[in-house]
Amino acid sequence: MRYYSYFPGCSSSEGFGKAYGQSALAVAKVLDTELIEIEDWNCCGSTPYSSEDELAFLCLSARNLALAEKRGFDLVTPCSSCYVNLKRTNSYLKQYPEMRAKVDECLAAGKLEYHGTVKVRHLLDVLSNDIGYEAIKAKVTKPLNGLKVAAYYGCQIVRPTPGFDHPEFPESLDKLIVSLGGEAVPFPLKSRCCGGSLIIPEEGLALNLMKKLFDSAASNGAECLVTVCPLCQFNLDAYQSRVNKKLKANFNLPVLFFTQLMGVAFGLSEPDLGLKTCVVPTEKVLAKFR
Amino acid sequence: MEKKTPNRSLIDEISAIPGGEGVRLCIQCGTCTASCPNADRMEHTPSQLIAMARAGMRDEVLSSNAMWYCLSCYLCTVRCPRGIKQTELMHALESLAVRQGLATGRSRTPIMYRSFNDFVYSLGSLPDFGFMAWFYILSNPLRAVRMLPVLMGLIRHGRLSVKARRLKPEGANQLRAMLDKADSIGGAA
Repeated sequence: MRYYSYFPGCSSSEGFGKAYGQSALAVAKVLDTELIEIEDWNCCGSTPYSSEDELAFLCLSARNLALAEKRGFDLVTPCSSCYVNLKRTNSYLKQYPEMRAKVDECLAAGKLEYHGTVKVRHLLDVLSNDIGYEAIKAKVTKPLNGLKVAAYYGCQIVRPTPGFDHPEFPESLDKLIVSLGGEAVPFPLKSRCCGGSLIIPEEGLALNLMKKLFDSAASNGAECLVTVCPLCQFNLDAYQSRVNKKLKANFNLPVLFFTQLMGVAFGLSEPDLGLKTCVVPTEKVLAKFR
Repeated sequence: MEKKTPNRSLIDEISAIPGGEGVRLCIQCGTCTASCPNADRMEHTPSQLIAMARAGMRDEVLSSNAMWYCLSCYLCTVRCPRGIKQTELMHALESLAVRQGLATGRSRTPIMYRSFNDFVYSLGSLPDFGFMAWFYILSNPLRAVRMLPVLMGLIRHGRLSVKARRLKPEGANQLRAMLDKADSIGGAA
């Protein structure tokens, strides 16, 4: 049994990425891994907070890290934005002693302290590197029989700091798909941006970026996309019809969380998988395996 | 000899924000601009912004729409040959623009950030529905009408919950005490 502190993030707990959190927990259980949710965690602050008030942003993240430190396990999150921001807080506290002193003062106001010992990990890193592809393969009961999948990483899971995979041409998710019996199609834009949170204020910009991703995936024969981030999934799934309408396209690509695809291969069923929450229907593509 | 004395204080202000210090290291090679997915839509490219900041063009830099079009995809950051954290530098410019009342009205991103931060400050978490509703109320409620098909899709698939996750009272008070402290001692070094 492996143990980790778990930070679901707002989207994957009660938000639009709820199915991500559910399927992550279900898949972890199959792999004898316990994700222990941090009690009473708060929002990581994400880009909007760090762009307006750096100190308050570091405090938001530092509280979560301090709560995780009490337990002592690595901190795992399925969300790329939470991942990048919690990790950044760790490195900033080391790099900027003056900020560190201020953050310590704020933590003290909440009767907390943080010593900088928590290692922040993305769920894909833990599944690929701690548990490993062989152990994952061993749990597959419904191999994906060459299902053509575009492995989409997006940005913040591989950038900016040197992490567990290449910053522009990562492979860990491709390998994971292969271990499930699927085929990871060539996908040159796999670590390019989906538009992120700009989908809300600047929709036009984001739709253009998404169209490029869909073009790249579809032209390589992908039957579906898998993502490692709740925001990427939200954009590519919920706004696919907007891309079709605004940019005169005709895409029909189901977009799954990678933990949902793992769950399918492990033979899990609803409500663990949450496939009904996908806006672009997944039934046709997954019918063979269910 | 420089003819114009550059406005030192803008550079100093940028440098004082963690991640902003790289503004002094730029060699204007343009790698960040060539890497940026949105550079062609920005009023000033990322490398231009740095050159303008170093020339002391405070109003032009801080009222540009450029940093508000930054996706935080960090492609510029991993490619910069000088190790500049260009994405964080964009964030630093955003925070200076907000503090100095220069955030542009030509991008709706500042309003989106405000909607987001209002919720995180008051609840410690981000409820999707409330956040989006608040954004459209603050920006332009009429635009929400165009979003109805997307919203309906989300509701139909059980993706949009109006319920907000709340911290326990002790946790909420703890977080509030920390954020109030942060407010009283101030962010920039």
